[in-house]
This record gives sequence, C-alpha cells and structure tokens, in this order.
Amino acid sequence: MSVAKPLPHDAARLHVTGAARYVDDIPTPAGTLHLAFGTSEIAHGRIVAMDLNAVRAAPGVALVVTAEDLPFANDVSPSPAPEPLLATGEVHFMGQPLFLVVAESHLAARKAARLAKVEYEERPAILSIDEALAAGSRFEEGPRVYARGDAAGAIAKAVHVLEGSVEIGGQEHFYLEGQAALALPHEGGDMVVHSSSQHPTEIQHKVADALGLPMNAVRCEVRRMGGGFGGKESQGNALACAAAVAARATGRACAMRYDRDDDMVITGKRHDFRIDYRVGVDAGGRIEGIEFVQLCRCGWSMDLSLPVADRAMLHADNAYYLPNVRIESHRLRTNTQSATAFRGFGGPQGMFGMERVMDHIAHALGMDPVALRRANYYEAARGGGAAPAPDGAPRGISAKMKTGAELTSRAAAPGTGRRYGGAYSPENARPRTLTPYHMEVEDFILHDLTERLLATSDYRARAEAVAAFNAGNAVLKKGIAFSPVKFGISFTLTHLNQAGALVHVYQDGSVHMNHGGTEMGQGLFQKVAQVAAARFGVEVDRVKITATDTGKVPNTSATAASSGSDLNGMAVQAACDTIRDRLAAFVAEGYQADPATVRFEDGKVHVGGEALAFEAVVKDAYMNRISLSATGFYKTPKIVWDRIRGEGRPFFYFAYGAAVTEVVIDTLTGENRILRADILHDCGASLNPALDIGQIEGGYVQGAGWLTTEELVWDGKGRLRTHAPSTYKIPACSDRPDIFNVALWDGANREETVYRSKAVGEPPLMLGISAWLALSNACAAAGPGWPDLQAPATPEAVLAAVTRARA
Amino acid sequence: MADVAMNVNGEAVRAELPDNTLLVDFLRETLGLTGTHVGCETSQCGACVVHLDGEAIKSCSVLAASVAGRAVTTIEGLADGDALHPMQAAFNAHHGLQCGFCTPGMIMAGVDMVRRYRASGEALDEAAIRHELEGNICRCTGYHNIVRAIDAAAKAM
Ligand code: FES
Ligand code: FES
Repeated sequence: MSVAKPLPHDAARLHVTGAARYVDDIPTPAGTLHLAFGTSEIAHGRIVAMDLNAVRAAPGVALVVTAEDLPFANDVSPSPAPEPLLATGEVHFMGQPLFLVVAESHLAARKAARLAKVEYEERPAILSIDEALAAGSRFEEGPRVYARGDAAGAIAKAVHVLEGSVEIGGQEHFYLEGQAALALPHEGGDMVVHSSSQHPTEIQHKVADALGLPMNAVRCEVRRMGGGFGGKESQGNALACAAAVAARATGRACAMRYDRDDDMVITGKRHDFRIDYRVGVDAGGRIEGIEFVQLCRCGWSMDLSLPVADRAMLHADNAYYLPNVRIESHRLRTNTQSATAFRGFGGPQGMFGMERVMDHIAHALGMDPVALRRANYYEAARGGGAAPAPDGAPRGISAKMKTGAELTSRAAAPGTGRRYGGAYSPENARPRTLTPYHMEVEDFILHDLTERLLATSDYRARAEAVAAFNAGNAVLKKGIAFSPVKFGISFTLTHLNQAGALVHVYQDGSVHMNHGGTEMGQGLFQKVAQVAAARFGVEVDRVKITATDTGKVPNTSATAASSGSDLNGMAVQAACDTIRDRLAAFVAEGYQADPATVRFEDGKVHVGGEALAFEAVVKDAYMNRISLSATGFYKTPKIVWDRIRGEGRPFFYFAYGAAVTEVVIDTLTGENRILRADILHDCGASLNPALDIGQIEGGYVQGAGWLTTEELVWDGKGRLRTHAPSTYKIPACSDRPDIFNVALWDGANREETVYRSKAVGEPPLMLGISAWLALSNACAAAGPGWPDLQAPATPEAVLAAVTRARA
Repeated sequence: MADVAMNVNGEAVRAELPDNTLLVDFLRETLGLTGTHVGCETSQCGACVVHLDGEAIKSCSVLAASVAGRAVTTIEGLADGDALHPMQAAFNAHHGLQCGFCTPGMIMAGVDMVRRYRASGEALDEAAIRHELEGNICRCTGYHNIVRAIDAAAKAM
C-alpha cells in the first residue's frame, strides 16, 4: 500500500532539474507589465500631498494607480476589519503601500516608485507594547480573559510564589520565494490569477471584490510556493489585487513580485509578545495557581491577530495541568507591519511563556527540570492515548501513582520540605485532564514519550557530564534542556475545518486528483496522492497531482493550522471511495458477488476469486456508462468552541513531541552554539515518515532560529532595520546541531483521522524551545542568580543573562 | 546596450542587453532558464548559484556583459539527457528538499565544492560541507538532508 511509505516529494525530480515552476517562472504573454508599490516613509501621519508626476514620466511607466483610481473595493484584509490596498489619506506604518506603479519591467517599476514626492503631516508613532498600552491602542474593546478556578486565591495560599516577565521577539518568515502574483485578463472581464498563496479562495474573493465581479468570474491557481510558513496566508492579497486591478485597467497581463527588501518591509511577521506571569507552586513544584498577561503586538491592521492571540492563550498551558488559571490577552495596535500568521499561529508564544515559567520554578526551587515538568503533566490518557478504554475503567491510576512516587523521591531534594497534598488535596483528587478552556485532554501520551526520549537521548548521563564540564570550565558553559510540546489541531474558527476534493479516473486507469490544499514544500500533495493510490490499490505514480484551482474545488480554507493532510486527505479519500464503490458494485454484479467483498490491491481488483487489472475494470466500467468522477467533502467532527467565553472543544486532537537540546556558550562574548538535539515526535501513524521527519527537522531549526539568532530591530522612527538577510540572521547550515537525532513516536491517532495520522506542519517548531531553555541553563551555570534570559537569545541577550546570573 | 555572447549549457547564445542586465535576469528572462532562482538579490542566499567556467558564482551579483565570452552552466545543464547528475540524484534520494526553491543553488554549490575539494586533495567531510554551505540559505529543511545528499553525491561523483 502506498500509505506510510517514505516516498520522495512528488516534485523532487522537477526541483533537482530546475524544471519546477513557481509563479515568477510561468511564461508570460508578450507585453506583460510589471508592478511595484511606492511606500510610506513615515510610520504614522497624514498624507498632505502626493506628487506623482515624476513617477508617471519615468521611462517605461504605463500607469500609476492611487487609492482614488481604484474602481471597487480598496481592501485586502482577511478579517472583518478593512485594510486598504493603497493608503487613503492616513499612513500607519513605514512601508505601507501608497500607490502602484505599472511599468514595462520590474526594475523600471521599482525605480519609478522612488521618484514620488510625498508630503506628510507626521504624528507620533506608537511602536512598543508599553506605548500601545499607555495610549489604549488595541483591537477589541479590552483584554480577552480565559480563566478556570481561582488563580489569585491559589497563588496567595501557595508555598512558593514567583513572578516574572519575558520578551519574545517576532520572526520574519523568509520564505525563500518572495510574494508573487500574475494576473491574466480573460474574455468578458474574467480574471485568472496565479498566486504564491496558501489561500487561493481568499485571493479569488479579494480579487473579485477589487474588480467588482462575482467570485465565479475569477479563478485562482496555485501550483506551489517556495515556502509559506503562514506568511502567504493573507499577505499575498495585496499583490494579487494590485495585479488584477492593473490587468483590468491595461488589458495586459500584469506580474508583481516583491523584492526581498520590499517583502521584509511591507509584509507582516510573527507577533512579538511580552508575557508577564505570577505562579504559586507547592513544595514539590506542582502548580497551584497561575496568572499570565500576554501582551501581543499586532501591528497596524487586524489581519489574523485575533485568532493568533486566541491560540497563544490556548497554548499557555502547554502540557501541564493548571488547577487554577487566568490568562489575560491584550491585542495591541502599533504603527508597524501588521503581524500575521506564522507557523504555530500564536501557539509557540503561549507555549514559550509556560516553558519559561517552568524554567523559573526549577531554578528557584533548585529542582530537576524534567521531574518538575513531569509532576505537572496532564494525566496520561487511558489506554496510552491510542484508543479509548471502556467506560467505568479507573482513570489513570497508574500515572497518578507514578507521579506520587516521583514526588516522594524528590522530597529529599534541597528546598522541598513538604509533599504535595494538604490544602489542595480535593483538587488533586480530580483527574488532571482539564485544560484552562474546559476541554478534556483525552490523548495525553507525553509520560511514555518523555520516558523514551530521556532514554534514547541519554539525558541523565549527559546532564551529569554537562555539570562536570561546567565545574571545570570558567569561560565556556554548557547547558542541556528537555521540553515537551502539546499542540492543538484544528482551526479555532470552527467553520474553516472543512475541505473538498475532485477526483477523476480516466478510461486508461490513470487518476487525476485535486483538492483545496496548497503545496509549499511540506509534501502535502504527495501524502494525499498516497492516500488516493491506497484507496484504489494502485501505485502512486498512477495518480496525477494537479495545481490547486478554485475552479475545480471551491470555498477552500487556507492551507494552515497544520490541517492540510488531515482535511484534504479525508476529502480525497471520500471522493475516491465514491468512485471505488461504483466500481465495486459494477464488478460484483458481473461476478454475482457481494460488493463489500471486492478489494482494490496491488493494481488489481479482486472479486469472486479473480484478480482483474484495475485499468481493465475501469475501461469496462466506462463502456457500461459508470461515472468515473466524484467530489469528496470532509468536515472535522467533535469540535465546538466559544472564543469569547473560552470554553469548548476547539481541537479535534493534540499532537505531541519532545526534545532534548545541548548547547555551549562563551560567557565572555555571549556566542553560543547548539551541540546536539534529540527529538521524539508524534505524527500518529505517519502517512510518509520521510516527509514527516523533514517537517520535524525543518521545524526545529526554524523554532530554534526564532528564539536565538533571528532578531527584528525597528529604530525609534519605526523603520525596520533588519530588512535583508545581511542583517536578519536566518539559521545557516553551520547553525544546525552537530548531532541531530530525530525519531517518530510510533502510535496511531486515537481519533479517526486519515489513516490515523496526525498533523505535523506546526508542532515541531516548538521543539526549538528546548534550545532556548538549554541556553538559559548554560547562563545559569555561570552564577547563582536567576539569569532571566530573554528571547531571542542573541549573543547580547546571553551576555546580559550571564551578567545577571553572576550578580 | 551591450552585445553579449556567451556559452550557456553548451550552446552559444547572443543578445542585445542593457548594460546593467544581471546575469540572473539574462538567464531567467532572456533565455527562459527559470531553474536559477532569486531569493535575495544581494548575494546572501545562494538560490541563484550557477557555474562560470566550472566555478560557482552568485548570478544575482554579476553583470551579464562582464562574463561575455565565457561558459555558464545552470541547473538545467547539469543532467546528461534523462540521466540525473549524481548530485541531483542524491538530493532526490535523500529528501534534500522541501519547497525546492533553494535546491538548484544548493546543487550547483554542492557540485562545485566536491570538484574543488577533489582537485585540492582535501577531504570533504561533514564539517567542511557545512562550512562550504555558509552562503546558501534553506528555510525549510533544517539542512540535515542537504548535508547528507552532498555527502552521498561526493562519494558517487
Ligand atoms: S539571489 Fe543571489 S544570492 Fe540570493
Ligand atoms: S527547500 Fe525550501 S528553502 Fe530549501
């Protein structure tokens, strides 16, 4: 069967020969025009005058478009709050598109865009979290709060109380292929748009609005992206609308791509956060009560910030049971690029906040950080998270006993004079399975997964070796850290959890497959093709993978929230099964067999003791007028969610993983490197282990990059100073760990997902948190103080933390 | 304007180009060889690596006119008909790519480093491969499989 095989990426051969086409590689008609935006040079103010005469007169310029020239909607927002394609009077960040230049070449358009003379009435810019808080500049009326129990009361009664605050920097996507779109005018005013987008339906919708057309007059096609990471969920709207408007106005094909600098200056990035926390723990380190204040810098427009901030709240627990909890989230509006989706979608920031608290508790109480985490874990799933136990079975007794035993052994550790229980024993008598948002965690596998990773990574011996190394070295200090990941799978906007597919079987037995998911390198197309091949019992090379096309499958959701193969795999499976059922009924009739006994395997159709070639059955079915085309549809079951109250079941299931990272720092310079990373990650029953491991390796490095080398710097005027790879440091090949061991946890999803697999796009990014924790651990080895390391842990941040540890 | 003639992937090509035409634009736009990609335009990312007289260069920072009369090999010129170059085969077999945007540049850089190390007699070990890839960014893979692919190809070349 094709499922579960480690097949290469479907386009691998095209990629290694340079034949794979991205948007900017599509051959364009003669006379194609090229676009560039003229952008704002201030962060906040009013446009007093805009003199574009020199732009219009520049060589090669065909057309210049301002907001007044837009015939229909001037809106590229993915949210209910509008976001203009071109500024209308007010400007809100440095880099905001003001006007559009349409010219004979990319270079001519860019050069002309520089010739504008814009006069502004500058206003004070709100740039930082504190400035936004002081000015009350925010989205939504006030902070959103999710709470359960009495956090303040529990903290007041706790044995130990800690508080702190941590800054978490944003992150530039740096998809290697910049944003791009190509609009081709068709007859009768119709428009076809090729876009490097994770969300073709959104492109179709926004372009239709910009042209004053119904959606059926616009078709969007996406064959592939050169990386997306969330940065192409909404940020491609502007280019697609601009190209379509220009194509309508000129009657010529219009292409737009951002130069790398423009891309970094114009488009949104990962939200940066500050998280303030206060936690009360018992003598054994168990959390009794916790309060988080998540301050989220959203930039100037709403974009996807509300669901991002929601997801940060939904991951504030990470893997830990919080008996009394309050999470307060502020969505702050600033005069900077509009922060947007980025792999993890707020989840990483929320989870980082929790891991930071764990790090702080372990340091303050002098506890073993792994034992501390395990003591706070959610209770193990009945039946190990793979299948539900019969009702009435005692819940997680063994796990509770294990935890109890650990606590007993820890009681001898310094600073832990008291065992848990006492004041909060009624709380502890309850199963420790309820999240802060009132969803039961039914599939918690981290107890076993942790145990295995500690063994395979040789954690204990290495932790001792690190301590011995640190005792003998004054300048270099090593650190080692373990961190777990529990990540919720589903869009929190419930209606987005749907997908469609279209499958044709041609008379020669070849299969044509289409679905609403987009390919950005993650291997979605191959995984889904493996599903289709498995349904028909044929080899995967019989399945043709085709570009995502709003004309084939309508009303699609973004390929986001790690949902690509979960949703589209199921939709394709449904479409294939419709055709398969028709074929089974047809051959069964000929053989007087029960259609349910017909099997599709090894390229054959097995019926009544015979094995018929698949293509022969297809041919025969065609001759007998059986329909060989079907659509498929899937919607995720079980989810219900009230985002205002913060109650319900937002996630179908959780994906898990854990990592151990070892680092070394130079305490004189703050320089640091990752020496080794060991990862054990849960993909359920993997659809393609090679592709999944690739996602894990890439996710870890991207996550570690976010928290170490990748630093975004804005100056006091709101100008992004890190707008090129020369100043913004993406992990290079030499930055990845010297030793990098990645393994898949072997276990089926307990929920009925496609072949019991689990989503893998986002969760592994958060394994990178272990690299940051290891750096914190190394800083702490420099002295007795709390290093209070911030993120990203650049050499400067490490040096500051070392200084604090020594103070 | 400049009259530029050179050899690209074994064929003589000639064109009238504005003086400031970059080699990468000549390859992509004039010749339609879009396998060479542009990731940064500022010689940082390595997506645009091609071979000039057999040596790796970043074609985003070279004027076409400045390499007139010389031989350029792009990713499209690496395979021998249908038979992949060992470096291409290794990237395919070892999952050395995801979105594939960095791949042509990685492969061209990989071939160049194997040749150079062979010529100098130095060992191209894992540490050397990583060091050599300093000028090639991949945002997707975490580099692990890229290093494996180059290592495997070095043995097969
Ligand atoms: S495009 Fe040439 S190095 Fe990036
Ligand atoms: S595979 Fe996407 S950048 Fe390398």
